[in-house]
Amino acid sequence: MTYSILVPVKQVADSTARIRVRNDGSDVDLSGVKMAANPFDEIALEEAIRQREAGMAREVVVVSIGPRTAQETLRKALAIGADRAIHVLAPREIEPLAVAKVLKKIAQREAVDLVFLGKQAIDDDCNQTGQMLAEFLGWPQATFASSVRIAGGEITVVREVDDGLETLALSVPAVVSVDLRLNEPRYASLPNIMKAKNKPLAEIAVEDLGVDIAPRLTLLGVREPDVRQAGTMVRSVGELASILRLAAGRI
Amino acid sequence: MSILVIVDHTEASFQDSARRAASAAAEIGTGIHILLAGVECRQAAMQLSRISGVDAIILAENQQLDRHLAEPMVELLARLASDYSVFMAPAGTSGKNVMPRLAARLDVMQVSEVIKVVAPDTFERPIYAGSAIATVSSSDPTLVLTVRSSAFEPAALDGAAEVRQMPASIGASASRVVSVSPNMSERPDLGSARVVVSGGRALGSREAFESLILPLAERMNAAVGASRAAVDAGFVSSDCQVGQTGKIVAPDIYVACGISGAIQHLAGMKASKMIVAINRDPEAPIFAVSDYGLVADVFEAIPELTRQLQD
Repeated sequence: MTYSILVPVKQVADSTARIRVRNDGSDVDLSGVKMAANPFDEIALEEAIRQREAGMAREVVVVSIGPRTAQETLRKALAIGADRAIHVLAPREIEPLAVAKVLKKIAQREAVDLVFLGKQAIDDDCNQTGQMLAEFLGWPQATFASSVRIAGGEITVVREVDDGLETLALSVPAVVSVDLRLNEPRYASLPNIMKAKNKPLAEIAVEDLGVDIAPRLTLLGVREPDVRQAGTMVRSVGELASILRLAAGRI
Repeated sequence: MSILVIVDHTEASFQDSARRAASAAAEIGTGIHILLAGVECRQAAMQLSRISGVDAIILAENQQLDRHLAEPMVELLARLASDYSVFMAPAGTSGKNVMPRLAARLDVMQVSEVIKVVAPDTFERPIYAGSAIATVSSSDPTLVLTVRSSAFEPAALDGAAEVRQMPASIGASASRVVSVSPNMSERPDLGSARVVVSGGRALGSREAFESLILPLAERMNAAVGASRAAVDAGFVSSDCQVGQTGKIVAPDIYVACGISGAIQHLAGMKASKMIVAINRDPEAPIFAVSDYGLVADVFEAIPELTRQLQD
């Protein structure tokens, strides 16, 4: 029994981009900012490809929900090793609750057995989509995965939790959201970038899926974080020791 | 507007995070209850019953709830859906795992990592790894929230909540716990410690991390933290990671040793009351957020500092 794995990939501002707030405080300013795949989703994709290479998966399908430019991210995912891609064309950013509803439709249409995705997107930092999708599908979930093993109709996941490591076994189908240390994603080779141009990329308009994507939250504004003033440079360890001794005495 | 705060008492810092979540809840409304689910809840209930502003501690005792797996927890919480208008949990790995699944069950959009209650339906939360702060308001009839503990002060301990039991039968689940390997540190818990000593890539090896950072942490009765670079290099285990993808901490004193100060690390510690940094590079970004900085080689400065603090 080998599985079909769905990997949702979100296009986000590149992790190295400097994010600025618009002058009117209405939102962040992403004009001219380089876009890239959410790094946690790249780790999920790498894991799915490794499972296929190990003979545990027969197919890796990537899906992205977003504007036309999301297709660049999907092409890159195909170049890295996904078998085919689905672009759900959405005119504007939709919330994780709606994203999970869209992904449920896709997972059902494509009859996938597993969903691997990043634990959070590095733009909204919500950390919700995987858990919501698991609920909508009625599947078990494992979040914060740092190791994934498939065997005998089960997927065994080591989770990085606050107090250490927790190992869960889930029956398949299941949703796994991945953490930083699961793997080191590969780069696309030039021949694979060329090959990716011929891999299938289907496009669906989000309206055609019959999902309620109306926002539930209203963004009232965005501000710069409180700035911390740089303090004093001390000249010696002795000076630092007296400061720490004084501060520690107060607590 | 009744509020249910879900607390995982198997976490080392559960008492501290419960008190901080209770503060956040009190800014939203009244009728605050705390849910403890799993096994051996009674002793934890006694500890939490003194939290100011909390009316009741609800116990749901069942072995299947022990590790707060999302599926059984949501089965339990869904039964309470009509009793509460706000469901809230500290934004640790337990709350982050369970709450979005609950939000989906209730068909509401969760507000993650709240750092400020602006109004009962309006909240501030960091986005882009803390590079910006968004204010959002929810139009959902039930609120599902996770709150960043470090952003709220612990509630006082002058309350007297009643402790109640609720039925907690749970159906069969498609997931099970195979094993748990807890972090065996003898140091105070990173999430709630008042002093944190953190080490970074500049330490160069696991041996150096252990021989330099641990004695200083011991001397200061501090928890041990680390940058992502130090964790990725294998100097220390991942549960010590401070930063956007690790733990968010706000101790009274944060000592950063050989940490350059990547934005992801700063996102995890810049709410600390006092930040002290030791780094060889005078241009390191960590100095821009430090109250006190020392440009020095960590291999010389840390042992010397540990020695001087002993005197």
